[in-house]
Amino acid sequence: MFGLGKKDFTLFLIVAVLALFAPFILNPFPTDSGLAQFNAGYPDLMQRFVIFGILAIGFNILFGLTGYLSFGHAAFLGVGSYAAVWMFKLLSMNVIPAILLSMIVAGLFAVVIGYVSLRRSGIYFSILTLAFAQMSYNLAYSVLTPITNGETGLQITLDDPRVLGVSATADGGIPVTNLFGMEMRSFETLVLGPWEFQFSVGYYLAAIIMLISFYVAIRIFRSPFGMMLRAIKSNQNRLYYTGLNARPYTLAAFVISGMYAGLAGGLLACMDPLAGAERMQWTASGEVVLMTILGGAGTLIGPVLGAGFIKYFENIFSKINDQVVHGWVSFLPDGLEDLVVALIHPFVGKGWHLTLGLLFMLIVIFLPGGLVEGGQRIARRLRRKPAKDDAKSASTTPAE
Amino acid sequence: MDAITLQILNGLDKGSAYALIALGLTLIFGTLGVVNFAHGALFMIGAFCAVTLNRLLTLSHQVVDETRTDFLGNPLKVDVPYMHDLFGEVTGAAIIDWSVPLAILFSIPVMIAVGVIMERGLIKHFYRRPHADQILVTFGLAIVLQEIIKQIFGANPIPTPAPDAFTGSFDFGVLLGFDPNAIIYPYWRLVYFAFAALIIGGVFAFLQFTTFGMVVRAGMADRETVGLLGINIDRRFTIMFGLAAAVAGLAGVMYAPINSPNYHMGMDFLVLSFVVVVVGGMGSLPGAVAAGFLLGILESFASMNEIKQILPGIDQIIIYLVAIIILLTRPRGLMGRKGVMED
Amino acid sequence: MSKTTLTRRGVLRTGAVAGAGVALPTIFTASSARAFTNAPTGGSVTLGFNVPQTGPYADEGADELRAYELAVEHLNGGGDGGMLNTFSSKALDGTGIMGKKVEYVTGDTQTKSDAARASAKSMIEKDGAIMITGGSSSGVAIAVQGLCQEAGVIFMAGLTHSNDTTGKDKKANGFRHFFNAYMSGAALAPVLAKMYGDDRKAYHLTADYTWGWTQEESIKAATEALGWETVNAVKTPLAQTDFSSYIAPVLNSGADVLVLNHYGGNMVNSLTNAVQFGLREKQVNGKNFEIVVPLYSRLMARGAGENVKGIFGSTNWHWSLQDAGSKAFVQSFGTKYGFPPSQAAHTCYVQTLLYADAVQRAGSFDPCAVGEALAGFEFDGLGNGPTLYRAEDHQCFKDVLVVKGKENPTSEFDLLEVVEVTPRAQVEYAPDHPMFAGGSLGACNPGA
Repeated sequence: MFGLGKKDFTLFLIVAVLALFAPFILNPFPTDSGLAQFNAGYPDLMQRFVIFGILAIGFNILFGLTGYLSFGHAAFLGVGSYAAVWMFKLLSMNVIPAILLSMIVAGLFAVVIGYVSLRRSGIYFSILTLAFAQMSYNLAYSVLTPITNGETGLQITLDDPRVLGVSATADGGIPVTNLFGMEMRSFETLVLGPWEFQFSVGYYLAAIIMLISFYVAIRIFRSPFGMMLRAIKSNQNRLYYTGLNARPYTLAAFVISGMYAGLAGGLLACMDPLAGAERMQWTASGEVVLMTILGGAGTLIGPVLGAGFIKYFENIFSKINDQVVHGWVSFLPDGLEDLVVALIHPFVGKGWHLTLGLLFMLIVIFLPGGLVEGGQRIARRLRRKPAKDDAKSASTTPAE
Repeated sequence: MDAITLQILNGLDKGSAYALIALGLTLIFGTLGVVNFAHGALFMIGAFCAVTLNRLLTLSHQVVDETRTDFLGNPLKVDVPYMHDLFGEVTGAAIIDWSVPLAILFSIPVMIAVGVIMERGLIKHFYRRPHADQILVTFGLAIVLQEIIKQIFGANPIPTPAPDAFTGSFDFGVLLGFDPNAIIYPYWRLVYFAFAALIIGGVFAFLQFTTFGMVVRAGMADRETVGLLGINIDRRFTIMFGLAAAVAGLAGVMYAPINSPNYHMGMDFLVLSFVVVVVGGMGSLPGAVAAGFLLGILESFASMNEIKQILPGIDQIIIYLVAIIILLTRPRGLMGRKGVMED
Repeated sequence: MSKTTLTRRGVLRTGAVAGAGVALPTIFTASSARAFTNAPTGGSVTLGFNVPQTGPYADEGADELRAYELAVEHLNGGGDGGMLNTFSSKALDGTGIMGKKVEYVTGDTQTKSDAARASAKSMIEKDGAIMITGGSSSGVAIAVQGLCQEAGVIFMAGLTHSNDTTGKDKKANGFRHFFNAYMSGAALAPVLAKMYGDDRKAYHLTADYTWGWTQEESIKAATEALGWETVNAVKTPLAQTDFSSYIAPVLNSGADVLVLNHYGGNMVNSLTNAVQFGLREKQVNGKNFEIVVPLYSRLMARGAGENVKGIFGSTNWHWSLQDAGSKAFVQSFGTKYGFPPSQAAHTCYVQTLLYADAVQRAGSFDPCAVGEALAGFEFDGLGNGPTLYRAEDHQCFKDVLVVKGKENPTSEFDLLEVVEVTPRAQVEYAPDHPMFAGGSLGACNPGA
């Protein structure tokens, strides 16, 4: 259906349903329970899940298919954000032109950077992309401040021209990003007993765009073009010997992947109209790499899982403080309670980096194929199939 | 002219830190074929060896001084280091003063142990895994190591001064025939440069002139053949990992007085040192050292006012710009070999 | 794979049932006279403390968090009451805010504007925070202030020193107690002129980002007005760790004062490097070479060790102050944590009290009512003498401290000594001063 094979269609359907019902799925705990801390179903985080999912899907088109490891992908994210915010400042608060421009600008950037960087392969390519991204970041933070607003980040203000919109709303506020009047930040709350579920306009826009991106990615993976990219990954020399020039194909993959990143950046700006230079820092690029490998490079769903995993830690674990931990274990006798809190303390709140680092290591050590492999192993357990022939099928066609 | 000489001096000094880190990184990559993202963390742990020794030497007991009060108005408790009790005030103070040079001795066994444990406990299992996995696991390790240091020592930089004898600066220009006060350079930075030169020379001599080094070099060139000759190359590579960790650690110990160590100093150097290694050419030891000094000097020149006025912001990007230019004109860096890390 | 799909299908089925519920008009709306974001409904009210918990400013963030916890304890009637006893406004009585118990959530800004906004948004959207406070850099403060304006909650800035926070980026929902770069310049320059004479040549090293620039501009203007000459002003990259190549040329530039417009890690490293190069032992133009650090952070200055001795700078507050408010605060903070509070802790504690007091006086949590109660509010007893929250730009005006690195510290906390308390009149400026021009508060936004 839709030009997808049966397996791909099922996968697409699963992702679609998960995305559309995310407000329920991510809010499993009643609002007043102690475990509500782990709920992730509020608009901002759900938006981040799908937007970083788009970024990781795009990154995977480059890395998963061609094997080219770009260490500067965050630059496109940042450029896309800046383009979108400038659109809000100059044209109107409608998100459509902003999203389009962010993809175009990121695409142009990708053409230039890709054209230069793809002259080299392997780690030399990685360092070239890293160098371009770090240059963009350093300049955006300092001398390009008139364009980027430097440290503070580019924000919309009351005196922006906005030729197709208004500079300020009637009551003197800054207008809000919208899609033909539907405000991105508006949301409805559904109260079902002790549960509360939030449905945000911004999230659903982002989720639909994510589904479209996911669909396009599946089509690319299954197309002859995708086949060619895999050929480049497995043996570029052999391609040369058969008389094929791989460069146009890798460049196309690089640009597509850059435009995905630009789209993600543009969407970030649509949900929250601010573009900060840190979005382009090498740590941000590294985060994309981590998301993809953690989830399972080369698989379709893996990068999205990886993105969700990292963003969940960043936003949920960092907010658990000692007071919260005390709340959980208050049923224990005093001495024991303090002991448990002292044991948990280094890993939550300000220690969330430590937990994340440990989990990276555990996943890479024990699940070489990332979270997708973890899922496969669990599925295999449940199916109780003979492990032997399953391992074989997994190694030939990693579940996609 | 004196301004240029001064910046060359600065560049050599910066370059020696880059070169030392890049040297260790290349040793690991060249011998074991592992991309070690935790190398910056080793540098950081080295610096914290100096901090730790300083803390150990200044372990104190408190003596209440009734004549003075603390911030809450209670009698002030004065810390008296045990060193003062053990060796008397003068010798005790002198030992504490020399804690950074002493930390060199302290750090070598610590760093070798850290390196060997890392290699045997973790990296060993990643020899046959893709480079991406190696990067991810060592990056995770780097985060864990720096977070542990943060939990122990906090996030703020910790002052770790050089011995009094090396504080202050030296009129270097007079030696070169410039006017007095034209080129002033801190003693400790000159010490750092000399120390780096010594270590680099030592590593090269070790690889060049010892049987052990010869075997390691042979292993770097063709691991399988060396293995077939009945030589236990793995054990030697483990030792090389320990050695590389020690080089990074020593670079860190000596760096502590230049900039107060903090837990993220490793990450600050990580990207830079990778750029250095790649510009030098993956797997090439002389390349790494040459690239370290080259980038150090260029960075120093880029920070000169005269240049910044023509090209604003050039000091922000110079390293990356040079890396791009070099990689485009010399495909495998300054001295890289064909086929290393190109797929 | 198929088994997981099966279990997922189970999830989906429940999801579909729940989805049918969406059609039902059970949408929650606040029923009060005027709706505003996160109006507290139960017996408690939630404040959001958004501080750096990872990254280079983590220790400063930790100290801010301690201060917030102390403030919450005092607001709820715990502890010794701290500055509640010395505060000139007596609206607060230790029963929470308007009878509601104060609760709080914490988040990590990572000192990145993006992460800070994400964290603040989660506090507003998920935890129902009615006020956001904290932060340890101007970039973060301005970004979060903008967010709070859009979301319709009050933002009480933590440590932010850039002129822009209450200058071109000021917002109706944002309030700053901390002083700013202009005030540093205005307070510091006369002391410098007195100590070092008015015929000096200054060389600036400036962190190359917004805060650094406003700091440089302010100090330059203030010192040049007193007759100093600026020989050169060089921008240094934020990520720089080794400043040797910027400091080495200073000695031959003809300058006799070096001004380090750096903060945090940058300041520790540049100061350490400058002292290493022996600048302070040199004589230039027949005068002793001097170094100035316009904005001191005691926490960070510890990292520079001995190098801070005798170096002048300014600070918002210091624990050695002897007024009743400061003493009460140091007493309760020191008793609880065992060491004196930093200026960041002080400003955060005070901001929390000021917010609670404004709510109490306004009789409502409505951000617009709170904003009105804060604007133009005159108070005393919070450690900085008589203070005004100016209505035009939501900036506090109070005395500024000029400090010097102490020569003989008695403990690791005793790094600075107060040289002069610059009276408020000397650091005041017109709301439309060129350094603060552009931008406007806009209308207050109650959200919802």
